[in-house]
Amino acid sequence: MIREIPVTRIQTAVETLLTEAAYRLPADYLAALEASAPAEPSPVGRQVIDLLLENSAYAQAEQIPTCQDTGMAMLFLEVGQDVHFTGGDVNAAIQDGVRAAYAGLRKSVVGDPIQRINTGDNTPGLIHYEIVPGDRVTLTALQKGFGAELMSRLQMFPPSVGVEGVVRFVVETIELAGPNACPPVIVGVGLGGSFDTVAHLAKKALLRPIGSTHPTPHLAALEADLLAAINRTGIGPQGLGGRVTALAVHIEAGATHIGALPVAVNLNCSAPRRASIEI
Amino acid sequence: MLTPPLTDTDLLSLRAGDAIRISGVIYTARDAAHKRMAELIERGEPLPVELAGQAIYYVGPAPAKTGHAIGPAGPTTSGRMDSYTIPLLRLGVKLLIGKGYRSPEVKAALVENRAVYAAAVGGAAALLARHIRSSRVVAWPELGTEAIHELTVEGFPAIVINDCHGGDAYADGRAAWEERGE
Repeated sequence: MIREIPVTRIQTAVETLLTEAAYRLPADYLAALEASAPAEPSPVGRQVIDLLLENSAYAQAEQIPTCQDTGMAMLFLEVGQDVHFTGGDVNAAIQDGVRAAYAGLRKSVVGDPIQRINTGDNTPGLIHYEIVPGDRVTLTALQKGFGAELMSRLQMFPPSVGVEGVVRFVVETIELAGPNACPPVIVGVGLGGSFDTVAHLAKKALLRPIGSTHPTPHLAALEADLLAAINRTGIGPQGLGGRVTALAVHIEAGATHIGALPVAVNLNCSAPRRASIEI
Repeated sequence: MLTPPLTDTDLLSLRAGDAIRISGVIYTARDAAHKRMAELIERGEPLPVELAGQAIYYVGPAPAKTGHAIGPAGPTTSGRMDSYTIPLLRLGVKLLIGKGYRSPEVKAALVENRAVYAAAVGGAAALLARHIRSSRVVAWPELGTEAIHELTVEGFPAIVINDCHGGDAYADGRAAWEERGE
């Protein structure tokens, strides 16, 4: 059975999710941040965590953005194969939703990376579609600040570097990022695939709720090992020194070529704005 | 409490890791405004604002909600301004506020020119905006959030990262808490 969904419904959902994400940090993130406070022995680190929690509560109460960098809008749509979008161009509808959501938010997008003229309405948002079974649409919005995005890295390693090479690269990425990525960070790690898909895996890893672990045991164990290694660096909240440098490491992995071990690391900052809805 | 214009005496007593508060007028500038200032300096032309003794805050504020002086206004990554910073220090800018690492060249220039780099807490933008009493664009309005804004601040909180004696709070913090493998 084909299920018809008017594109205006998608447009409204995009606007609502992005507006909500700007003002309210995800509950799973706030719970993880709160839980990290007792694990932070550095007094300044602890102060930063308390300040971030206070900032989040204040922004939500005042209905103002938690961070001035409300980022680029990134929209991830899992579209059931039985869905038929009606009433116009779904891509245009999504951009209309982005434009409406950013009316009161910061405009942080330039149309051309060389000429760098601000588009004035924060469009275009970046859209990713995935076809899935069923007749539902799951829409996830990420409002990605670029302090953390800028510190992301990708390397096409040979298989010989092994898991040790992966750990070294991820920890090195966190060390290079230091205070720039606004720790405590959330670390998305993509493993496998190709040059383009490994970056997408790392980004998708940031969509997972904090506290979730990878369903495959050896990857769940690697997530835990990476988190421990990152939190031994001493970088700490805001890079001022401490033990809570990352709150979570999420891995997404995929099949790859016999000659490669692609690794990508995508970071999210201490204001990881994300919201999701099923339509 | 630091109130610009700042003197060498104000800055010499500051040490990496010190919590400071700033009151009075500070100027915003981020990527696009820095590029334009660097071009003016290179051509020997005056800057749109007199920066000797002043503080630059690396921020692109969010739009103000009705009844607020400014929208959330937390620091952006300072390292992106490194390549434009040394000529500004030579012009007498005394305090830089942002977040994140500075280049070895900028750190040396801070010592040489007696200036200080301080960090505000990234991600605490909504709370930081409460310390900003007024905001007006003083140059390049066409740059939107990237225009130079003159902010009047009261007790604006920051932490000294690089002082004018070569101290580095990021390096000290990490050294104090790093757990080395056996």
